[in-house]
Amino acid sequence: MKELICIVCPRGCHLHVDDENGYAVSGNSCPRGAAYGKTELINPTRTVTSTVRCENGLYPRCPVKTDRAVPKALLREAARALDGITVKAPIKLGQVILEDVCGSGASFIATRAMPAKAPA
Amino acid sequence: MYDVLIVGCGITGAAAAMELSKYDLKVGVLERENDVADGTTKANSAILHAGYDPEPGSLMAKLNVRGVALARELCEKLDVPYDPCGSFVLAFSEEDCRTLETLLARGKQNGVPDLQLLSGEQARALEPNLSEEVKGALYAPTGAICSPWEYALALAETAVKNGAELHLETAVTGLSPTENGWEVATNRGTFQARYVINAAGLAAQAIHEMAAPHTFTIHPARGEYYLLDKSEGTRVSHVIFQCPNENGKGVLVAPTVHGNLIVGPNAQPVAGDDTANTREGLDFVRQTALRSVPSIAFRDAIRNFAGVRAVADTGDFVIGFAAPRFLDLAGICSPGLSAAPAVAEYAVELLGEDGLSLTKKDDFVCERHRTRVKSMTPEEKQALIAKNPAFGRVICRCETVTEGEILEALHAPIPPRSVDGVKRRVNAGMGRCQGGFCGPRVVEILAREFHCSPLDIVQDRAGMWILACETKGGTGHGV
Amino acid sequence: MVYDLLVIGGGPAGLAAACAAWESGLKHILLVERDRELGGILNQCIHNGFGLHHFHEELTGPEYAGRFIEQLSKTGVEVRTDTMVLALTPEREVHMMGAKTGYRVERAKSVILAMGCRERTRGAIGIPGTRPAGIFTAGAAQRYVNMEGFLPGRRVVILGSGDIGLIMARRMTLEGAKVLACVEVMPHPGGLNRNIVQCLNDYEIPLYLSHTVTDIRGRDRVEQVVVSKVDEHRNPIPGTEMVFDCDTLLLSVGLIPENELTRMAGIEMDRRTNGAVVYENLETSIPGVFTCGNVAHVHDLVDYVTAESEEAGRAAARYVLEGGAKGGPVLEVKTGENVSYTVPQHIRPQNVENRCNVFFRVREAGQESEILVESEGTPIARFARDHVAPGEMECIALPKVLLDKAAGSLTVSVRAKGGTAQ
Repeated sequence: MKELICIVCPRGCHLHVDDENGYAVSGNSCPRGAAYGKTELINPTRTVTSTVRCENGLYPRCPVKTDRAVPKALLREAARALDGITVKAPIKLGQVILEDVCGSGASFIATRAMPAKAPA
Repeated sequence: MYDVLIVGCGITGAAAAMELSKYDLKVGVLERENDVADGTTKANSAILHAGYDPEPGSLMAKLNVRGVALARELCEKLDVPYDPCGSFVLAFSEEDCRTLETLLARGKQNGVPDLQLLSGEQARALEPNLSEEVKGALYAPTGAICSPWEYALALAETAVKNGAELHLETAVTGLSPTENGWEVATNRGTFQARYVINAAGLAAQAIHEMAAPHTFTIHPARGEYYLLDKSEGTRVSHVIFQCPNENGKGVLVAPTVHGNLIVGPNAQPVAGDDTANTREGLDFVRQTALRSVPSIAFRDAIRNFAGVRAVADTGDFVIGFAAPRFLDLAGICSPGLSAAPAVAEYAVELLGEDGLSLTKKDDFVCERHRTRVKSMTPEEKQALIAKNPAFGRVICRCETVTEGEILEALHAPIPPRSVDGVKRRVNAGMGRCQGGFCGPRVVEILAREFHCSPLDIVQDRAGMWILACETKGGTGHGV
Repeated sequence: MVYDLLVIGGGPAGLAAACAAWESGLKHILLVERDRELGGILNQCIHNGFGLHHFHEELTGPEYAGRFIEQLSKTGVEVRTDTMVLALTPEREVHMMGAKTGYRVERAKSVILAMGCRERTRGAIGIPGTRPAGIFTAGAAQRYVNMEGFLPGRRVVILGSGDIGLIMARRMTLEGAKVLACVEVMPHPGGLNRNIVQCLNDYEIPLYLSHTVTDIRGRDRVEQVVVSKVDEHRNPIPGTEMVFDCDTLLLSVGLIPENELTRMAGIEMDRRTNGAVVYENLETSIPGVFTCGNVAHVHDLVDYVTAESEEAGRAAARYVLEGGAKGGPVLEVKTGENVSYTVPQHIRPQNVENRCNVFFRVREAGQESEILVESEGTPIARFARDHVAPGEMECIALPKVLLDKAAGSLTVSVRAKGGTAQ
């Protein structure tokens, strides 16, 4: 039996996962918690949020996220994959910045629209 | 060849430079930091003392009373925040009441005008938040508060406007006598001067000993402070002292010209310029201050700081020629801020007596103006923004400081080189969020105006880097 | 022109309030924002975890803000960015200044205060030591990293386990910094458990509970931070010092509502929330002036800010369209055992439609607790909770029928289940 704190919502339920019995989850308040408990023991994953260098934008960086969760073991590598990439503003919300991050199949997408810098 | 080279640009060096710039002389100021007023001048109680404290007959007594009279005039001409709020010394016991009598007598001897003894009730009537324990008070209407760093900056700017040369980041490493003066070695080359003035503050003993035998010792004394939010700024409306003791004037509670409340200092001997805060020191300051004003809400503190006073073992200012053409202005601890312009006058008098030819310039300019958007009327603001939109762009939200004011400071005679340099000139970052919001904006403006990377912008002194590197594989400081 | 509504602040609170007021029928609305764009602090909160309550999906901060900015753009609400409000008068005159807009005074029939909050600084908690560069509030560091593209330091200690501090531990790590420790003076974390897991545990960053920073060393830049264990009174225990070699100290030690304008207007304040005293409809002591979001009281989740702000927007619309609050008795909401504050602080039962939400925080964590509402000593409502904690805002809904029966005051207290009223 493994004990976990659920991270799918701010509630933070204390989960008990029976890893010797089909990963049955107890202590969860919703089905997402049950799914999390199982995944966390079999193949833990996280959504990665970071930024990408942005040329001529209102700000020098544009925020991005992976469009799906990637294996936890790839977190640091995934964030590093954005090094050296430059995207030119304007950037659209949801625009794909980098595909198939570290072979995970996930893409980094922009999480905001980044307008071009107003001319000085 | 300089006629006079001043070592140090704190309040004393700046005042000396300003005074000398009235005359037809080539004046230079060597300051080891990247800004003026970066030592004791920026970290003290910001009080212009009435002058009842010093022993009658001492240099401190003579120069304090004269100094505060001059300060009043200078602050007005040079647009330095100044408030003649008056001061109280509180008595909590019969013994304290006798001390007040002594201070009153001393003050009269020193020529302090309008001193008055008050009962506890009279004191509380004028200052309602004083403790019920207060038995009496000495009221000095000529006590005042000012912005010490802006005062020093204004004096230094006036000197520069009138031809004095300021060399920042220039540290004196050696002094050798020459046929007609001194050769001054620094990290930025050698300077020749007929006269050298030692206004080096905490380093004054070291500078003195480059030129002359040991005659005095500086015992650095650290004082720790609380600065409280403007919500506490009206807790008192006068400077509130307790009776002085062997450690100095004790813990005071005072409004500041910026609208905050200042509380401190203690007095702790330290080695060199150790301006760290300590838990014990801050606890002492807090507890002692609550004795005077029990209702101070320390939860509204916005900053702690500490300053180190250059206390000489002679018990008085050390002013005089230590070697031919080498004039000490040393041991300038409290009331040094109050005395500064009088110290400068006296220094010039001594130089004159020694043979320095003093011819007044007829084009000496003694005026300065700073745009303070916050204190303008709506109509004035409207007109100013219409003329220059940068004065409508608020950078520091807590203190309502605009980009226009920062740019103005950057084009003044002594422009800031750091984020704190901007803070000392225009108050950005001085407020309750302590630069949390405006810090990044000020870094951005400085980098833009200096045509450099934000990585090169420092907090205050050289070496105080703020940002380590760019994210996403960018460049950075050497690892 | 006199606006129907003037909203001060274009963060999540101001955006939701303006949208709700528009939907409730106000047509002349002005929203004033001091930054160069709308969205407030959400723009720098690039992590995910927002929106589960409001949108039923997990969004990043910019995405959450983006949805409201999009919604607002479809209304006729007038927006003025890069404009700082300098003063609010009791007559609802709002003085503002901007590079493009100049200095202007606008009048409005109603005003919503949505200025948000700021971070507590080193000075507010009096950390001893030197004052070198390298000490940042977590939010300032977040702006540098996420928006400006700079890493403020390479070896980091974080004081405070509030959510922003935890989030920054992860961000700094992913950007290549080494986070040596997260230090919390309380015996329990300040932030959400999920953030302890996904920001500290995922990256093997140690959390020191019941510890605090007792010294900062370094002349020009932070060189060392000393961390000590504290006793039950939060006093450092000598002999427990640990020294961390680092160049940066991040502070995540609490948030303070930004109520300078509120105070300037002479609005009655509550020392417990550091926000204005409000009625059931988020109206302050000045009729027609409402407050919502983190300027009213600091929230844990932006979703709750949104809900409260929509309520304020609707209340402002009712005020303008239907007139001010009805008269009648006013109930004072008092804090009882283990309750640190309540919002609202006053309830006018005549103005409550069906029920009135009361938000509060407990002082001490507890399991199997009961929330008791009494009116002048008589219990009128009880609510059960499995778990209460100071870091988690509580909400109870009081039905109008109960409020109508109450008189004088209401006292909210929290105690272990089975306890009796005193």
